[in-house]
Amino acid sequence: MLNPISVAFKKAKAENRPALLTYTVAGDSSKKQSLDILKSISKNADILEVGVPHNTPVADGSQIQTSAYRAIKKGIKINDIFRIVKDFKKFDKNKPIILMGYYNMIFQYGDNNFLNKCKTSGVNGLIVVDLPWPENKNFAKKCKKKSIYFIQLLSPTTTSKRLKKIIENSHPMNYFISMLSTTGGKLKVSPREILKNYNRIKKINPKKEIVIGFGITDKTIRKLKSADGLVVGSAICKEITRSLNSRQNPVTNVGKLVRKLKNRIK
Amino acid sequence: MKLKKRVPVIDQGNSLGFWGGKFGGNFVPETLKKPIEDLEILFNKLKKDRKFINERDKYFKNWVGSPTRFIKLENLTNHINGAQIWSKVVSDANGGAHKIYNATVHCLLAKRSGKKIICGDTGAGYAGKMLSMAAKKFGLKCKIFMGAKDIARQQPNVKAMKKNGAQVIPVYSGSQTLVDAVSECMRFWVANCDTTAMCVGSTVGPAVFVRICGWSTSQISRELKVQLIEEFGSIPKKLKLYNCVGGGSSSFGFWNEFMDYDKKQVEFIGVEAGGPAKSKKHAAPLTYGSKIGILHGAAQYVNQNSDGQIEETESISAGLDYPGISPLHCFLKDTKRARYTSASDEEALNAFKLVTKFEDLRPSLEPSHAFFVALKEAKKLSKDTVVVINSCGDAYKDRGILKKRLGKKYVKSN
Repeated sequence: MLNPISVAFKKAKAENRPALLTYTVAGDSSKKQSLDILKSISKNADILEVGVPHNTPVADGSQIQTSAYRAIKKGIKINDIFRIVKDFKKFDKNKPIILMGYYNMIFQYGDNNFLNKCKTSGVNGLIVVDLPWPENKNFAKKCKKKSIYFIQLLSPTTTSKRLKKIIENSHPMNYFISMLSTTGGKLKVSPREILKNYNRIKKINPKKEIVIGFGITDKTIRKLKSADGLVVGSAICKEITRSLNSRQNPVTNVGKLVRKLKNRIK
Repeated sequence: MKLKKRVPVIDQGNSLGFWGGKFGGNFVPETLKKPIEDLEILFNKLKKDRKFINERDKYFKNWVGSPTRFIKLENLTNHINGAQIWSKVVSDANGGAHKIYNATVHCLLAKRSGKKIICGDTGAGYAGKMLSMAAKKFGLKCKIFMGAKDIARQQPNVKAMKKNGAQVIPVYSGSQTLVDAVSECMRFWVANCDTTAMCVGSTVGPAVFVRICGWSTSQISRELKVQLIEEFGSIPKKLKLYNCVGGGSSSFGFWNEFMDYDKKQVEFIGVEAGGPAKSKKHAAPLTYGSKIGILHGAAQYVNQNSDGQIEETESISAGLDYPGISPLHCFLKDTKRARYTSASDEEALNAFKLVTKFEDLRPSLEPSHAFFVALKEAKKLSKDTVVVINSCGDAYKDRGILKKRLGKKYVKSN
């Protein structure tokens, strides 16, 4: 059976648009609400990235940090996150889910335990921010055995030689970090420049799906349309914070935002 | 797990940067892989380059002020009536603490790599203060990340950083202490690694930073070795080296040159921060058997919960208030080369009182932890045992805390 992540890319291609990937933090601002948010965006998002909140994140900007601290404060545990994924899959079993987090959480849970739990709860892919190549070789192999995509991160600082090696060893989907930034930074390079880098990566192996993330908002998303997929994270976390601060319902507001994002890339 | 002889400990990691196969490494975002690799290549080249070493030594001698004193604490020795009590007064160094060595080397490296800005983290404010001094000296712009809680409790050092022209950026996330300052500094580097060099303030972080810091602070033991031989004619038969351990930069530097001696001859004792006597929180992962985890790019023993969230620490000394510990110390612990224990806030304060009562020496709260354990153990040791405590910081920065906890008479006006 094809991984639902690959199915999602095929579907988006058939509609002549990039896949839309969203990122929300599990447990933000509560377990139930984060599940409700996933349900409310699943109609318009192709792939759902679910953040595993960690309290010493070395690559997240302030928006995602705020969401993560909110979730941790409410007492979210890894097992709750698996429960959220499982419950979501009961609602929409074909929608791919990617967990994104930092390695210590997986390490403490135990690589094998963690992957078994991913499998039984319906996780389709993993992004581990601080487990780069080649350190991730073994872990990526274990993912493959479970038919879970291990998604490699690529950055503007990744050398050509390294790009080739990473892509050669990669699973069908990779993630290109648009610029030198933590998540949610202002887009400090032009979309043209980003796409130039993207195309350089794409050329190495056109069969691999490459998504672009970091700094993408409803303002910038249209200009990057030609990519295989686009990730919006901080803008969504920001919307949750804004909604909470103005006593509005984050579920409906985030639902609206994702619909808007989808319309921009149609 | 084995410690090799005649190979510097900083070079005993494997190809992926793991000491003993499991401590350290490079758990970093992809964006930092290249800048870290560049720094590794530069450092590996320069640490063998005679010209670079001469340059380093020149600055250590003429600017940092080496060697720092090695003195006998006669009054304390008489009072304790056990082992001889000596101190390596590293707080003599320019700026008042050992952090100057690492800061100087990082600025020299930044200059070589053509970077114009250097960023760094700080807890007690020493790493930040020294980096601001070195940056000024070498004409680099400087940004210091510091937890908001530490900014409030270490004002003298904050003022010094600002005076040196550094931008001090308060960090409000998490516990607002060193752990969050390091995270924020690394995040800043992720976003600015094309123009900015990063200095990690201790022997923590991705492997290359552990190595650079250990290489820099080893100046302390290089000096001490010479001073011991001058004083005793040879390395004493029973030598005990006590040092406080937070991230572990001063202790590693204090011990490095004695690594190959049998531990029966030269024993290393690391003293972690046990926190307030009544609190369960501490900053002593080695003493309390914390599990291995990943913090700031490196695998190490670290205070954390079962889910892998890093736990908040508590200590009177901002410089030791860190939930993790250098991979080098994890390695020295598991190879049993060093012994680790802890002292509580109250014990450190008592040691400070005792030292200042008998001697003209004012160790900061960090080395006061080491003084406590050393003086306690020295009572039971023979007179031919030489106990040396690294007084790696000066109490001036702690005046606010000392005034509050011990009263005005323990604060000097200078």
